[in-house]
Formats: sequence, C-alpha cells, structure tokens
Amino acid sequence: MNAPHRKERLVALIALATMLFTPPLLLIADRLDGGLPLYLFLAWGSVIALMAWLMEDRRGE
Amino acid sequence: MRDDVVVLVIAFGYLALLFVIAAWGDRRAEQGRSVIGSPTVYALSIAVYCTAWTFYGSVGRAAEAGPGFLLIYLGPTLAMLMAPLVIRKMVRIATTHRITSIADFISARYGKSAGLGALVALIALVGTTPYIALQLKAITLSHAVLVDYVPESPMATAEASFWTDRSFWVALVLAVFIILFGTRHLDASERHEGMVAAIAFESLVKLAAFLAVGIFTVFVLYQGPGDLFRQVAASPALTDALSLESVPGGALGWVGMLVLAFLAFLGLPRQFQVLVVENVDERHIQRAAWLFPLYLLVINLFVIPIAMAGLLGGSGEDPDSFVLTLPMAAGVDGLPVLVFIGGLSAATGMMIVETIALSTMVSNQLVMPLLLRSRHLHRGHSGSLANRVLGIRRVAILGILLLGYSYHALIGDAYSLVTIGLVSFAAVAQFTPALLIGLYWRGANRLGAGLGMSAGILVWAWTLLIPGFAQSGWLNADLLTQGPIGIDWLRPYALFGLEDWDIYTHSLFWSLAANIGLLIGVSLFSRASPLEQTQAALFTEALHPRLDQTSLWRGHTLRGELRALLDRYLGTAATQRVFADHAPDDADDQSASTALVARAEQALAGALGNASARVLIDSVVRGEALDLDAILRILDTTSETLEMNRRLEQKSRELARIGQELREANDRLRELDRLKDEFVAMVSHELRTPLTSIRAFAEILRDNRDLTEQRREHFLDVVVRESQRLSRLIEEILDLARLESGRLTLEPHRLDLAALTRQALDAMHHPLEERGIALEIACEVDTAEVIGDPDRLEQVIINLIDNAGKFADAGMPRISLRLTRHRRGFRLAVADNGPGIDESERERVFEKFHQLPHPDAGTTRSRPRGSGLGLPISRGIVAHLGGRLWIENDCDLGGACLVMELPEAPAISPTPPDMLLSQ
Repeated sequence: MNAPHRKERLVALIALATMLFTPPLLLIADRLDGGLPLYLFLAWGSVIALMAWLMEDRRGE
Repeated sequence: MRDDVVVLVIAFGYLALLFVIAAWGDRRAEQGRSVIGSPTVYALSIAVYCTAWTFYGSVGRAAEAGPGFLLIYLGPTLAMLMAPLVIRKMVRIATTHRITSIADFISARYGKSAGLGALVALIALVGTTPYIALQLKAITLSHAVLVDYVPESPMATAEASFWTDRSFWVALVLAVFIILFGTRHLDASERHEGMVAAIAFESLVKLAAFLAVGIFTVFVLYQGPGDLFRQVAASPALTDALSLESVPGGALGWVGMLVLAFLAFLGLPRQFQVLVVENVDERHIQRAAWLFPLYLLVINLFVIPIAMAGLLGGSGEDPDSFVLTLPMAAGVDGLPVLVFIGGLSAATGMMIVETIALSTMVSNQLVMPLLLRSRHLHRGHSGSLANRVLGIRRVAILGILLLGYSYHALIGDAYSLVTIGLVSFAAVAQFTPALLIGLYWRGANRLGAGLGMSAGILVWAWTLLIPGFAQSGWLNADLLTQGPIGIDWLRPYALFGLEDWDIYTHSLFWSLAANIGLLIGVSLFSRASPLEQTQAALFTEALHPRLDQTSLWRGHTLRGELRALLDRYLGTAATQRVFADHAPDDADDQSASTALVARAEQALAGALGNASARVLIDSVVRGEALDLDAILRILDTTSETLEMNRRLEQKSRELARIGQELREANDRLRELDRLKDEFVAMVSHELRTPLTSIRAFAEILRDNRDLTEQRREHFLDVVVRESQRLSRLIEEILDLARLESGRLTLEPHRLDLAALTRQALDAMHHPLEERGIALEIACEVDTAEVIGDPDRLEQVIINLIDNAGKFADAGMPRISLRLTRHRRGFRLAVADNGPGIDESERERVFEKFHQLPHPDAGTTRSRPRGSGLGLPISRGIVAHLGGRLWIENDCDLGGACLVMELPEAPAISPTPPDMLLSQ
C-alpha cells in the first residue's frame, strides 16, 4: 500500500465491484435474454483482472 | 455397477496420499524449507472455501435458482478485494496476540473475555457441525451414485448400518489425519504446514476434477458451448432458469444472499483458520486477493453448462448429482472416479480445516477455562498440562467428526445440501459484525458484542433452524403458517409480518438488525473495563506504526514463578524458548522484565487462548499488567508527534527556503554596497579631477597677475570646461536619483526619431572623428514618428554611440548605427566591433554603478571610463517612454549591440498632440 493512491484505488475498485454485482445494473443485464450469467462472468473477470493489476503493480514499492 | 473394492481402494489411497503430502510438508518445515511460503499456496489453501457443497451443490443450485448460485462466490470475491485492508489488519493482530481461532480473536478483542470466547465457540460448534455432516452426506451420496447407479432409474440410497457406510470410515481416517497433522504443536497459533500443503493440493485436485467433467460435458456430450446453448435457447423453461426471476426473492434476495456470503466468508472458522492463523507472510494477501477470486471464477465456469446439460438430459436425477451422473450416463469409465475423488477432496479439505479450527476453539475456549477453575489442576508436574491440552484437542477432533457423522446419519436426509450450507452460513455470519466493527470502532465493548451475538443467533434459530425442523416433520408445521400458539406476527418465515422475502434474506435481516443494533446500542450506553479498553485500542490501532505492546507492561513477578508457570503448562522446551534471550537460571529470584512477562503471556495465549493466558498470568503477576492510559497516551502522543514532525518538517523547509532567499538578498546587498563604495570613490575622484584643475588654474590666475592675456584666457577656458564637466557629472547623478525615486520629469512630444538621430550624429561627428572611429549609418526609414522627450532621447542616443565608441576595437575602431522599423515600433541599434559582452553580464550592464572592465584591462588604462551611470539612466528614460533597451551580440561587427526600441506614435488625431500628451 505504498504506491501513490493505492488505497484509494482499492476502495474505488471495491465500490465498482459492489455496483456491478448488485441491482440496478444487474436488472439491466437481466433484460438481455439469458445474458445474466454471461454479464456476471464478464464483470467478475474484469474485477479480478483489475485487482490483479492493482496488486501486482510493484512500482513505487 | 462399478466394483466397490476398486472405488474404496482409490478413495482410501487418495487419503493415504494426503498423509504423505502432509508428512512431507511437515518434514520440509522442520528442515526450514517450508513449502507453504508462497502466495499461490496461500491462495489455494483459502480455496478450502469450495467444499463438496460447491462441487455437487452448485450445479444443483444453478439448476434450481439460476445464476443465484454465483452469489456464494461473489460475496467472498468482495471480501477478498477488501483483504489488503481488512485481512491484513487481522493477520497483524493475530501475529502480535498469538490468536488461535476466530473465537480467540473475538474474545481477545473484547477484553480477553472467556465468556465471549465460549459463546463464539458454541455458536461455531452448533452452526458448523451440520456443515461437516453435509460433507459426509456428499461423500455417502456420491459413493452410492458411483457404485449403485443404474441409468434411467431413480436412485434409492439403501438404509445401512454405520459400519457399512463409507463416510463413517472416511470420518475416522480424517480424525487420524487431523490428530496427526493438526495437533503436532501445542501452540495452535503456529502454522500447520503439512496440513496446509495437503489442503492446497486438494484444492488443485477438486479444480482439475471439476474442469474435467465440465470440459467433457461441453465438448464431448455437446459440440462446444455454442451447441449446448443453442439447445438451451430452444427450451424457454431453461432460458428462464438463467434469469433473475429464478433467484429466490428476486433482486432483494440477490442482495441478501450476496451480503450473507460476504459475512459468512469472513466469519467461517475454517476461513479464519486459513486466512489469518495459517498466514505465513502478510504480503501473500496481495496475491491471494485476486488469485482466490480467480480460482472461484474458474471452478464455477462450467457449473451452468453442466446444470443445463443435466436438465436437457431430463433423466430426473437429483441435480446435486449431475456432476457424476452425466459422465456415467455417457458410459465413460475413468471420469466418474476422478469426479468422485474431486468431491472427496473438496469434502475432506473442508472437514480437516473446520475440525482443527473447531477443536482448538473447544479446547481453548470451552474446556480450558473450566479446567483452570479447578484447584487440583495447578499442581501438575512439568509439561503435564501441555499433554492434557493436546489430549483435549484430540478428543475434541474425534468428537466433532463423530458429531458431524451422527448429524448426517440421523437427520441429514431431511435437508438438501444447499439448505444445510446456507443455514450454517447464516449462523457464522453472526460473528462478522463483532469482528469487523471491533476492528475499526474502539467503542465496541464486550457486553454489546455478547448481547448482539446472542440475540443474532437466537433470531437465526427462530427464523431458520426451527422452521427447518418443522419442515422435516419433527415439529408441527402449523408453526410456519400460524405462528407459535397462534401468534401470527411471530411466524418464523414472516417475523413481524415481513412477508414475501426469501427465508435467508429474511433471517439475515432480522438477525443482523438484532446483532448490530445491540452491539452498537449497548456499547454506546455501557462502560467498558480498563482491559477491554486496552484491547480495543490495541486492535483498532493494530496497524499503527509505532505500537509496541511490550513497552506497555507494568506487572511485577519473579522470574522463577513465571518459569514454573510456563513449565507446568507448556513443558520445558517451550519454556526454554521463552527464556532463551534472557539470563541463565540462577536469576530466578529476580523480578521478571516486562518484556519477559509479555512473551510469557503470548506463549500461553498461543497454546491456550488469550482469555486463559490472561487468567494464568494474573495468577502470578502482581499489579496492573497492561495500562490503558499508557497505551492511549502512547497512541495519542505518537500520532501527535507524527503530526508535529510533519509540521516541523514543513516549517524547516520553509525556513530553509527563506534562509536561501535571505542569503541571496544579502549577497546582492553586499554587491550593491561594494558597487556603491566604488562608485562613491569614483565619483569623488571624478569630482576632484575637475575641481583640482579649477582650483589650480584659479590659484595661478590669482597669484600670477603678470600672465599674458593669451595664457590667462587659456586658463579661464580650462576652468570653464572643467566646471561644465563637473556640472554634467552632477546632473547625471541627479538624473539617476530622480529616476530612482520616480521623480524624473519628461516632456514627451511627437517627434521624428530619424531626425533626432541625425541631430545626435551631427553632435557626435567631431568627437568620433577625433578618436578615429569609423561610423557606418543605415537608416531604413525616412521618418520614425515616436513619442518622446527630444532632449532626453538625444542624450540616450549620444550615450549609446559614446558607449559603443568606448568599447570598439582599439586598433581599428568601427561602430555602426541602424534605424529600422520593427512591427509597431522602431529600433535603433548601435553596434561596435569590440569583444562583445558575455550573456551573463548583459543585464548587469544596466545596473547603476556597474562598469565593465575595459578590453585593455591590465594595461595602464585599466580603470573603466565613464561614470557607469549612462546605461542605467538611458534604460530608465527609454522605459519611461514605453520602450525597451537591451544588449545583443552583433553579427556584422562581432561586438556588442545596444538596441533601443520605441513604439510608433499613434496616428495623428484632430486633437493637437500637445493636448493629447498632457492628458
């Protein structure tokens, strides 16, 4: 947590993930026919990728 | 039908392999080459979260509740995103306080309360034993499917005695495994390296098995995901199963389940065990924070395809068994066994970690506090109690597994896999408020936490556990529809009339409301004991950089007493380790240092839990061991000091900057002072020269009355000329003074700069000729209308020419004068063929009193000529007229070039120029 804004970025990512995984965004994804699981896996994967990028970024340490 | 013996050999062979891996892990640890010191192993061990419930139940839940099954994994994903903030703090605390379990953690946070620890241990025991039963049930079911499966016929689990039930023997083998690898050290806060290695291995096995069956389903049973989902799309019932509609409770149920999974992940005893207690290195959390969610994603990737394929097959089997029945129905041989092993690894991994966590809680939080109250316990010989604690833990392990088995054997059939799992989740979710709030709010106290958790678990029992019994038929089902003895608003699934919620969200809402409400409310209105306040401060400020617990001790005891205590409870070897850094035995009658007391309590806490360690230390330490005021003072002073430091640094940086500025200003002042002194000396000299000659000639005239008329006139001429020179010099000094003070009065008129230049050249023609200076003139404009004071401007021009003449090459002096138009103004450039002026010197030329050393410096004429006031005065005048005066290098003549720029006069208006100018 030494890199600049690391903590803030993490908090922002948590907020983003919470938003992606809950209504109302979920309700929008649900309107696509059978698209909810696809949306969830895509959102989930993106959150993990962002987290990996944030955690493995060794600059500033 | 499959050969039962082969399956048994493979299953128990797999368990034997776990023994080998665990033994290897422990051996490596003893050799100091730990295999679990890697963030990847840490992340894999966290994957113990994925139990048989994930392995079999996810597919079942996806078949029934659509995408809702993912919530069980999205909640932990959110929790892991917070891990670098939350789990890191918990790990830091656990390391400092030698925390052994979540019960120990909560107990230590709330004043090392034995009661609270016991409460958490009891809830964990009641809440998670069914979960262990669930794993055994999964093993039994999957084994039955594997051995007795007949395609196209509903499967019946034969009622059998426990000695023919494979899961009973699995439980026993696991008990042996856990006793061997889970109770090697008395210190439960120490890592179980072999066990963690085995768990990480199991995580790989179950992932591989699930992926194998997933790939088989999608690419062998169907021609890839496109084919499968085309068939799904053809069936409206299946498409609907994939939307939010099929999730119990809809959007609200979705959020409720997400919160439940989040809280349960943090509150599950086995997750606390692998996340916090078994953590080797805080930095591993960073990797696990994304690797574990990735694991969850990958293991869930094929859940929906398998569920859909199972439903499409329409064979009517229990969806919980699709993972097994799909490959079996296809008649593949090896894959079902691999799946069975995967399920077995998922189940055993969970049981191993959960049982270790629970047995530690039972021994340290339930049994030890009771034992410590009995008198005769304190009279054992060296190490006897250490063995007794380990014995208790071993019995607890066996007891917990047997309890789980009994639960499974007696009432397990009443619930489906998912139901048991979720009821269990809701129970352990009651720990999380006390855990998280206690981690960040210093005001949360023991009474609030105890009442909150008790109320939460009571509401849980009323809204989930008891209705479950009713549904299983052990209680009258009227309880659900009409409430207890007809009290309508107490109906378990619609408490206070809150209807139409799904049962888990409903239960979670009421239990959390009671839990958090009481925790906060009671904490706000009750007082905490000093020890509670101390612990609260130590926990909430755990990441405080300068918090060093050992410096806060104030107790007094003899080393001998301390040694005897440790010896009795931990054995000789552990006691030696605690005393290792200290003086040899003969110092036993001396009082123990505060650091030693702290180490002793930590060692006891690691073995017996914080609450018991506290009781034991209190029995030998006199005086207050920990002092809240001291801690708060240290915390406050350190934060104050940090703030002060920050401010001081800022101030000192400011001071350094100001100091630098002052030094520079002082240097400038010195330079100016020096220049002024020189100037005064020079001016005095300049003044004295004409004065001397005036006086000399005047004296000659006075004393020698007989001088010839011619000589007299010559002398008078000299006197007059010298007087003029004197007054010119004085005039210059006065000009400068006026410029400085801003009192220089100019009389600007519209004038022609070209004409003025010619006029000045006429005046300078003779003196230049006398000095042999060649002058080139280039006037590119005929008229150059500017606004200026003609007398002053002429003075400037003459000054420029004079200056150039002075610095022109001594042998072949040449100067050039150029008048050009430049944009909306005119430039008069006077250049010489002298040596030029350095870039760094150019601005200084315009400083008053500044004199450039003459190019002939070093020769007899080394003293600069002129007063050094000409250029400053010229620049002042030009600036007054709205123009600029500067120096550049001249390309033609190679020397310096003084350039004067003046703006062009505005076009003539009807108003007389004089009127304009006077405005």
